[in-house]
Amino acid sequence: MRLVADLFLLAGALLCLLAALGILRMPDVYNRIQAGTKASTLGVLCILAGIGLLQPAWWPKLVAIAGFILFTSPVGSSTLARAFYRAGVKVWQPPGKEASR
Amino acid sequence: MLSTPAPASASPGAYVLGFCASLLTWVLLTGSLATDEVVLGIAVSLVVMFAAGQRLALLSGLRMTPLAPLHLLRYLGYFFGQLALSNFDVARRVVSPTLPIHPELVEVRTGLTSDLGRMLLANSITLTPGTLTVEAEDDRLLIHWIDSTPGSDLESATRAIAAGFEQRISGFLK
Amino acid sequence: MILPDINLLEGFALLLLGCALMLGLFRLILGPAAPDRLVAADTLGVIATAGLILLAWLLGSALYLDVALVYGVLAFVGVVALARAIEGERT
Repeated sequence: MRLVADLFLLAGALLCLLAALGILRMPDVYNRIQAGTKASTLGVLCILAGIGLLQPAWWPKLVAIAGFILFTSPVGSSTLARAFYRAGVKVWQPPGKEASR
Repeated sequence: MLSTPAPASASPGAYVLGFCASLLTWVLLTGSLATDEVVLGIAVSLVVMFAAGQRLALLSGLRMTPLAPLHLLRYLGYFFGQLALSNFDVARRVVSPTLPIHPELVEVRTGLTSDLGRMLLANSITLTPGTLTVEAEDDRLLIHWIDSTPGSDLESATRAIAAGFEQRISGFLK
Repeated sequence: MILPDINLLEGFALLLLGCALMLGLFRLILGPAAPDRLVAADTLGVIATAGLILLAWLLGSALYLDVALVYGVLAFVGVVALARAIEGERT
């Protein structure tokens, strides 16, 4: 049981690392939002699942945190994306291709 | 967040639902069912319910049918599957040295009419493989697609991005 | 501070989260513009929440869960407020 929980924790931490790597490597803000949001959301969920297995007494609060993250993470990134779009931030195009917008 | 105005008044059912939701949140946060905790929770939930007032009209998007909980479960299963898929997808793109991305902004159309349904659809799209909701206006969603197929129009983008979720969400939301 | 028996995997998970925070901080410092920093701050908020939850277990105290929840709420509200500010700036 402990091993399964630890693997969940490790997977979650790895996903968070991928999210950070994503915002470091991606070429423009929209792609960074994509990489950052998805990976960090599942990362937190994995860590919550792992802790829930280790400490069954904490699960009500863990469920509350999970629901909260599942709601705020996409809303926050959509709000950011819309703000950048309205402020006129362009979408990155691969080099050699004409910007279409 | 969405531009369509909410219906003018909240039904009694919406008040009851709002009360139950805030009481559930309270119980989850305190993590105990002791009498004094629950009594305090009921008081706080009543205050929250009346403070929210007409904004609870948002909940009128829910379909109150016996099968709705089943549809909700089916949606959740599909959603978590897609979330895991999207993470493999992102991981592959981030780690590969050449960054294989072809981002494009596309529009999709939704048949969902309630604000709640559209919000859930937009959130689901944000968390699924390679797509990010940028703007929601009426029945159009503007999507940032990280790996767009060239020459996709409104119809094909709708099929590729929104259709799977929309079909499942429409079981319990208008 | 009482540490329960931490095994190698849990310590490694904490290390990975620390590396993630540092990579995110690079993007926050490098910029190059306000939107990039804002995205980095948003993701850092979520990663820090994850770190706080992990610390709750490692330090054996449920109080950190409340800290994580409040941190998450404040990060979200802050990001939305800044997004609104950017939106209003140039339109």
